[in-house]
Amino acid sequence: MKHLLAIIDSIGCALVLLWRSAKHLGTLPRQFPRFIEQCYLIGYTSLPIVTILLFFIGCVLALQSGYSMENFGAKQFIGTLVGLTMARELGPVMVAILVAGRVGSAITAELASMKVYQEIDALVTMNIPPERILVLPRLAAILVMMPVLTIIADLCGWFGGALVSQFTHSISVDSEAYFTALKAYMKPHDITDGLIKAEVFGFVIVLVCCHIGLSTRGGPREIGASVTKAVVTSLILILVLDYFVTKALLLAT
Amino acid sequence: MTNPFTASPFVGKTFGVTVEHLTKRYGKTTVLADVSLEVRPGEIFCIMGPSGSGKSVLLKHVAGLELPTSGSVRIGHFDAADPATRNQVHLALVFQAGALFNSLSVYDNLALYPREHREADEAGIRDRVMHALQILSLEKAALKFPAELSGGMKKRVAIARALVMEPQLLLYDEPTSELDPVMSATLTEIIATLREQTAVTSIVVTHDSTLALNIADRIAVLMDGRIRATGPTADFKHHSDPVIANFLNPVIDLQNPRFKQLEQSHE
Repeated sequence: MKHLLAIIDSIGCALVLLWRSAKHLGTLPRQFPRFIEQCYLIGYTSLPIVTILLFFIGCVLALQSGYSMENFGAKQFIGTLVGLTMARELGPVMVAILVAGRVGSAITAELASMKVYQEIDALVTMNIPPERILVLPRLAAILVMMPVLTIIADLCGWFGGALVSQFTHSISVDSEAYFTALKAYMKPHDITDGLIKAEVFGFVIVLVCCHIGLSTRGGPREIGASVTKAVVTSLILILVLDYFVTKALLLAT
Repeated sequence: MTNPFTASPFVGKTFGVTVEHLTKRYGKTTVLADVSLEVRPGEIFCIMGPSGSGKSVLLKHVAGLELPTSGSVRIGHFDAADPATRNQVHLALVFQAGALFNSLSVYDNLALYPREHREADEAGIRDRVMHALQILSLEKAALKFPAELSGGMKKRVAIARALVMEPQLLLYDEPTSELDPVMSATLTEIIATLREQTAVTSIVVTHDSTLALNIADRIAVLMDGRIRATGPTADFKHHSDPVIANFLNPVIDLQNPRFKQLEQSHE
């Protein structure tokens, strides 16, 4: 019961933070430099790891599915399987997990340290709402960068799958056949569903990480504890939300 | 260069502070118990007391960073706990450790407030920032980052940042802690000079009796969360209460040291 109340309290506080940030939406145009800085930190600096990781996930997916599909003569559909899996599931989920680990932890560490060293109190006494300059630009940046990262992730995964399909002796599906199969069964909503999922995950990650960072109390030790809490909470939320968002999107389709 | 401070509509307006029956509890611990005091507009009021007596918590209530368990704090006729008060009163708090924004240069630390409140164009902001830096002899540090500054410089930057806000109420939390005697004296002079120049009401939380006895108009001594004494500074130079006299001017007695007395009282 105590844990349930703590979870409800936490969700409530995160929603209050969202409401307070939304109240300053009108200030976003004049916070353009902060927004660009956050886009750089969230998007550009995550790009190498997203590219490498999703490329190899595409490779492994093609390798594993090639091995299984060969048994019932469906090798020619490897492109379809890799394409749909990357676009609908692995692309958005893996990008979200990477963003939670890389960006979410950095956000919580920065805000928690600002809280512990009284920089947040200084902002409050200066009548500058922390939500306006610390939360809102990050929320806006993640909404722009998550689809970009997810599209790049999907492309990397597809190309990884194509390479493995062509150059693995036991599979030997050439890239033309691979991409023909990928295109044949891929509908625009498969891509947009993945992008919607990525938006939801990214938004939740930033909101949770900002909330946990700003509610840090105590000394430097609590900064580490907050970072761990933020990453674990984000990962749990990504996987739980994944089920419900997928279900909702399938119903909508 | 014209003085950007004298042009501000806020300069000259200043507020008093009234604390009435303020009590603050964290769980079962009472940090402040029925504290009442009045700070008059334009005066330097020092709140003294030993470590852990609740001085900084009291200051945070004045700044609106803490909410009272009971009682009230008013700035002029505005409730300090109401966030809307910050729209009415220019209040600045100089934090004990400076609380400078580590990711910003000294210049940007100072420029943040006028930029966010759109109080001037970039040229006007530059004038204000450079004037504040000039008052505190920090012009050469403008492009440095907080991590590159000494403790004394950080405190001066924190005061300069407060100054850029053109405060009507200036709060200092332990401004001379962790500083060498010369730097402590310098900051004491700065606090007194700022009051002379801007007539700003200043509340200084400190356990530095040299600072308090030299520049305060009035002093309150807080012990165990309660006001032990309050009055004009002259009263505290030779106080009749032996506990306060001992706090302000402790005698070092090597024959009967205090820590031995503490050990005996715990046994």
